[in-house]
Amino acid sequence: MKKYYNIFMNGIVDENPTFRMVLGMCPTLAITTLASNGIGMGLAVTFVLIFSNLVISLLRKMIPDQIRIPAFIVVIATFVTIVQLIIKAFLPALDESLGVFIPLIVVNCIIFGRAEAFAFKNPPLDAAVDGLGMGIGFTIAITLISSVREILGVGTWFGVQVMPEGYLPMNILIRPAGGFIVLGLMLALMNKLLPKKA
Amino acid sequence: MNAVLTILIGSIFVNNFAMSRFYGICPFLGVSKKLETAFGMGMAVTFVMALASFASYLVNTYLLVPFDLEYLQVIAFILVIAVLVGIVEMAIKKMSPSLYQALGVYLPLITTNCAVLGVTQLNVTEGYGLILSVLNGVASAIGYTLAICLFAGIRERLEVGNLPKWMEGFPGAMIAAGLMAVAFNGFSGLI
Repeated sequence: MKKYYNIFMNGIVDENPTFRMVLGMCPTLAITTLASNGIGMGLAVTFVLIFSNLVISLLRKMIPDQIRIPAFIVVIATFVTIVQLIIKAFLPALDESLGVFIPLIVVNCIIFGRAEAFAFKNPPLDAAVDGLGMGIGFTIAITLISSVREILGVGTWFGVQVMPEGYLPMNILIRPAGGFIVLGLMLALMNKLLPKKA
Repeated sequence: MNAVLTILIGSIFVNNFAMSRFYGICPFLGVSKKLETAFGMGMAVTFVMALASFASYLVNTYLLVPFDLEYLQVIAFILVIAVLVGIVEMAIKKMSPSLYQALGVYLPLITTNCAVLGVTQLNVTEGYGLILSVLNGVASAIGYTLAICLFAGIRERLEVGNLPKWMEGFPGAMIAAGLMAVAFNGFSGLI
């Protein structure tokens, strides 16, 4: 039990994909203008991570080393297609706002990185737990970033007005430039508060 | 002529891949420490994006659409890209070992550069024909190269700058990229 707990927490704190590994930056910057987008993207990535890790780990003895990258891609792309169809069918509003970044989950380096660094070397259950931990770590990070951008940039949180009436929204934060700046400041804050273990 | 010009200006400056659409940010941050490597990466991306736009258009129009298989687009496109990158790698290795030396490490990385998959998806959603697709691929890649080279220049200076410990590396680079994006924002009135 302890082992699974450690694998799980590793993804949330020590090797948090966004704040520690700085992976999967495209969606982190592009769709974090609204908190609801952040959570939607986070959950979609979590789903793909768990199942791709599980399947790749199950197939790890069958996939020859030389062609592992194309093999990973096919597995990941399959689950991304599933997620894409589900979101299109049940959450059309989310589909609209995430747009092309749902298919782009295929090339999200978090998923690739975990397949290569963890799932390909570990048993299925460990890999699935790692996928869950990494996915939740990513979801927390991306929801935090999008909350900051939405609250300061629009004045709302999950669509509900939270800032007082007279608040002038900082428009720049929901523009592309704001994504870089908010993420940069949050990375700096993480470095300051939780210095990396050597 | 008008459409061509709109795509060129639009893809290079206004909707710059790295600065406004956020495609290909991982290599944008990863290989932009030196101007030379950034340029190499940009060239490799340009080459692959032109080919990928061409090949994915053919696959989509003559294979997926006639058989009603559009839902397989993601899988088909990423496989096309992976195969293309593999072929390009082998061809360059055989024909120009010096170029292979220069690009070597970056070629396999391009498969997972979302700029390439992004442009193929974009071509489909925008409904571009064959020529416009390739043009859009090349123009977007030029814009990407421009952004990554500018950014590498800034980062080279940043290395020698006197930053507080917790701002060193990614945080500082990210803020610099943010300021660059503000500058690129200025292009938005062009079209």
